[in-house]
Amino acid sequence: MNSKRNTLLTTISFVLAIVFLYWLSANRLQHGMLVSVLQKGVIFALVAVSMNLLNGFTGLFSLGQAGFMSIGAYTTAILIIPVKSLDGVYYMNGVHPFIRAMKMLIADSPAFIQSVFPFIALLLGGLLAAGIAAIVGVAVLRLKSDYLAIATLGLSEIVRAIFSSPNFDQITNGSYGLNKIPNFPEMAWGLIPSLLTPFIVVGVCIAFILLLINSSYGRAFKAIREDEIAAEAMGINLFKHKSMSFVVSSFFSAIAGGLLAMYMRSIEAKTFSIPLTYDILLIVVIGGIGSVSGSIISAFLVTAAKEWWLRFFDQPLFFGDWQVPLFRTGFRMVIFSILLMVVVLVYRKGLMGSNEFSWDRLLGRFKRTGKSEGGRA
Amino acid sequence: MNNILLKTEHITMQFGGVVAVDDLNIEIPEGRITALIGPNGAGKTTAFNVITGGYQPTNGKVTFDGQVIGENYPRSKMKKIYNGTYRTLNEHQVINTPDKITRLGMARTFQNIRLFKDLTVFENVLIAKHCHIKAGMLRSAFRLNKAEELMMNQEADKLLHTIDLHMHRDEKASSLPYGKQRKLEIARALATGPKLLLLDEPAAGMNPKETEELALFIQEIKESFSLTIFLIEHHMDLVMNISDKIYVLDYGKTIAQGSANEVQNDPAVIMAYLGVEEE
Repeated sequence: MNSKRNTLLTTISFVLAIVFLYWLSANRLQHGMLVSVLQKGVIFALVAVSMNLLNGFTGLFSLGQAGFMSIGAYTTAILIIPVKSLDGVYYMNGVHPFIRAMKMLIADSPAFIQSVFPFIALLLGGLLAAGIAAIVGVAVLRLKSDYLAIATLGLSEIVRAIFSSPNFDQITNGSYGLNKIPNFPEMAWGLIPSLLTPFIVVGVCIAFILLLINSSYGRAFKAIREDEIAAEAMGINLFKHKSMSFVVSSFFSAIAGGLLAMYMRSIEAKTFSIPLTYDILLIVVIGGIGSVSGSIISAFLVTAAKEWWLRFFDQPLFFGDWQVPLFRTGFRMVIFSILLMVVVLVYRKGLMGSNEFSWDRLLGRFKRTGKSEGGRA
Repeated sequence: MNNILLKTEHITMQFGGVVAVDDLNIEIPEGRITALIGPNGAGKTTAFNVITGGYQPTNGKVTFDGQVIGENYPRSKMKKIYNGTYRTLNEHQVINTPDKITRLGMARTFQNIRLFKDLTVFENVLIAKHCHIKAGMLRSAFRLNKAEELMMNQEADKLLHTIDLHMHRDEKASSLPYGKQRKLEIARALATGPKLLLLDEPAAGMNPKETEELALFIQEIKESFSLTIFLIEHHMDLVMNISDKIYVLDYGKTIAQGSANEVQNDPAVIMAYLGVEEE
């Protein structure tokens, strides 16, 4: 009976979310901040979940997420910048003839291919990152814990340095970065407006990660996290499974990177430097290492708090003639950091620990608080 | 005569200048219980690790079920500092990782219990079933191997019933009492479908009553899963009661072998355990 109720609740909230997004899409001009926070939040949710797959479920402490995101972002951006904007984007160094030829080819292709091409670009970015992860993994995955973190962090910096190096400026436009990247495409011939696209792409990706985590391979990942030696003694090939997790995680990080490129409309290598990885790590830790729903919830909360809810700390505040001290640009980050410390102190294991969201738990919490209040009265 | 399931020939394991195991020759006949005993630091666990692939031996050969699963000879730097008794004749090398050896049909438990602590009892057993999975990652993620998955689940449940842990099915492994954690570790090893089960001090930290129960349990599973068992143990009662053949190790060297009675009365064994009597 409970499971029936839970399915019903899930369906209702799902439908409500979609209706809300359609409504938002119709009124996006009045709610610009909400739209951008939600879109950025959902993109970070995907990176956080893919980082969690690696850090929380396989126990590999990797800090290479930003690097793989940048691979996805650059691949997607280079592929989808329209031909007519090429000269404007590559105004300093000119564009590589191969890229131009490829773009002409795409521009001449049938309308259907053009409409799905952004998704193909995302996929290609993901596959490229996955391929690089598979190759790099051979060397890097032999390392453990902190050493792996250092190696992957270095990897991510190498990728960034390559993207901004002048040697590739006809492809990546060097330190000028890429702009004029088209926004999210519409889906299903305009039935699904472009605002919904990132939510759908991320939804599909996270659904896959969830399926993987709950499959036999996901259990093997968890076994490696719990005890490598025991896992190996139980017949689990450590390298093969670590590599799998690394490749899948990199693939989805790159997809998120591609979405981020579409969201930001312009990217440069600096966007994907170390602080980005720490932002994602922060989301994972706040949400709970080893909890997919925790990562998703915390991605939205952290993004909203950072970009939106704390905004007013940046504006000067007056009580009559008295100006409240400290309220100026940048102060919100101080408040944000203090809030983070409080959250980490109260929720030692993150908001969700290693548990997943469940209706029973949520309703149980309401019931409990309801009861205790009743008792007091 | 039973055929030999596991055979080690001249196994030598040297760490730097220390020879932990020296020229160990063991034969484990199928369907029997063989034990390896010896004082602390005698090299028993090292021998175990060599057999299961955790360490690569410095010298010697391990044959399991007619297949060479590990072979090595002193090479490069080790050639100069090699201190073992046995000089190698043929220079072959065979390396297998522990997971591969497990899949060949050899499962082990650990001296200090190594369960997947945060996972449930059921998951612990189910994970051990993963090693024989046929579906790839994508097929498994998209649940295209329903029949296989169902079979793994059923087998894990059946195993938990057989060894009487089913009432704890959904509890965390770390919440079980000590004795049951030991049992679960054995169950997990059994779930990989082994021919040979290696138990590393299964009675460590158990009182005499629990040890007695364990002896019965080991004999039970040996019959019901038609296993061959190789165990390391400190508890002499356990070893003497259930083993068909005993090897005694001291300072890496085999000092005695034979049945329980033979070993018990061997002067070298008594000396190793009790020390030399002074004049």
